[in-house]
Amino acid sequence: MIGTGVLKGMAVTMRNFVGSYFEEDRLTTVQYPEERAPLPENYRNFPFLPFDGEDPHAGLRCVACKICEKECPPQCIYIVKSEDKKPDYIGKPQFYPKVFNIDISVCMSCQICVEVCPFEAIKMDKVFELSRQERFDALLMRKSDLAKSNDYYHTIHPTEAAEVDANLAAAAAAKKKPA
Amino acid sequence: MSVGFHELAEAPPPMTSRLDGELLEISMGPQHPSTHGVFRMNVALDGETVVKLKPVFGYLHRNHEKIGETTSYLGSMPYTDRLDYFCSMTNNWAYALSVEKLAGIEVPERAEYLRVVLAELTRLQNHTSLLGFLLSDMGAWGTPLMYAFREREKILDLFESLSGSRMMCDYMRFGGCRVDAGPDWMERARKVVDAYPRFLDEFEKLVVSNEILIARTQEIGKLSAELAINAGITGPMLRASGVNYDLRKVDGYGFYPRFKFRVPLGDHGDCYDRLMMRALEMRESLDILKQAFEQIQPGPVMNPKVKIRAFKPPIGEAYGRIEGPKGELGFYLISDGGARPYRYRVRPPSFINLTVLEDMCLGHTVADVMVILGSIDIVMGEVDR
Repeated sequence: MIGTGVLKGMAVTMRNFVGSYFEEDRLTTVQYPEERAPLPENYRNFPFLPFDGEDPHAGLRCVACKICEKECPPQCIYIVKSEDKKPDYIGKPQFYPKVFNIDISVCMSCQICVEVCPFEAIKMDKVFELSRQERFDALLMRKSDLAKSNDYYHTIHPTEAAEVDANLAAAAAAKKKPA
Repeated sequence: MSVGFHELAEAPPPMTSRLDGELLEISMGPQHPSTHGVFRMNVALDGETVVKLKPVFGYLHRNHEKIGETTSYLGSMPYTDRLDYFCSMTNNWAYALSVEKLAGIEVPERAEYLRVVLAELTRLQNHTSLLGFLLSDMGAWGTPLMYAFREREKILDLFESLSGSRMMCDYMRFGGCRVDAGPDWMERARKVVDAYPRFLDEFEKLVVSNEILIARTQEIGKLSAELAINAGITGPMLRASGVNYDLRKVDGYGFYPRFKFRVPLGDHGDCYDRLMMRALEMRESLDILKQAFEQIQPGPVMNPKVKIRAFKPPIGEAYGRIEGPKGELGFYLISDGGARPYRYRVRPPSFINLTVLEDMCLGHTVADVMVILGSIDIVMGEVDR
């Protein structure tokens, strides 16, 4: 009979409508920003620079080798190397970035900078509420905006950060032994 | 005798109107809710019948292939996500496959299984959202699309918790995958797959026997098998015309020969067949996923010999192709031994499937054009590159 197909479809709609009051599975809406869906641990957004200890300048792991700047597909990283050196986490004098800018309006969150970095000095952040009122350089993240403590890194990616710490400790131990 | 596809396109327009009929030319798009992106069609109408249709595209052109020649091999990987932004996992796989062919890289077993799992999940979510979009093109605003997106979101949540991003996954690497999927991820994926048939049954009940849908899709936009083969159509669209050609069977790339699955075939090659083709393929994808969850073993997911920095494949050329959700997705690479490809070419399925749009639309009404376009399953990011 003509019209039965339409009625069958209506029944499905009705079941979904009524079901949305009783079943978790059918009610998926989250009232952002009052409610928030939890972010998965692996979530990645834009890069940041973790530093050890308290001081963002002394503890910064970046040695301004510029590998990330070279490998970045959309070329959103800009680094100026320092003239002087500062000790790194094992006490070896290293250069540091005098300027480290990431234009996050260009960044496409691909994580290639994290993968190519040999010093575990750049990691992915989880902050996504980054809308700005200004039009031009408000989304240009400078070194002071990018440097975030290792404790912060532990709060956003606990498993990954623990691995990184273990790797760094092992490297430091291996360096110290022969000396 | 084969039908050339220009002969049909240049057939003289029939003037059926008894009034002094002048053809009406209208420009549909580029800003049109049913054109699936910035796609424009210059349509010549006789009354309501389409007598000529000229697709205009390039609004989303962003130099993808040229950028591929100026960035490193790895640097092109995130750009492939943006080709067909519904299926970034299969795009990644196709690109990784061609680079692996070029450089002769082995992929660990677990990574191959993970790739199959992710490709089939991608196929599921692509076909699901396509069904929603197609129905919304037909005037079923809202409901089917929302149901489809509700289910798609579950798969995108899986992608997000594995790769870190819902759509721009950037997950595969040359010689494996970036991170391993833990046991809890596998358990969640298994749950999603087990719950999926319920949605498919419901969706089929919602639309398949609907008289309006049948009237709108059956015998609309017929594509003959000869024309489909001559125009190089691939994917569900070719199979809806009755041609048994699935790269998962033909090429047997990845671990697909290890899985038992059937290739659904259409009979009429009309919009209804193309729609049902997607629904049937989803069932087969679920079968493949269930087998993959049983067969997958723990192990490494990355070939440790592959260099991340300064990756330079030997001189040569390679063409890697996979059966993407939309058809044959291929990447053609020429290497001159440097860090960047000498030539980087994409064979996009939705662009080539779009070439027969005029042949399918001639003689149908304007309202049918939207249905036919929706049944092709295009994504403008891939058409324009």
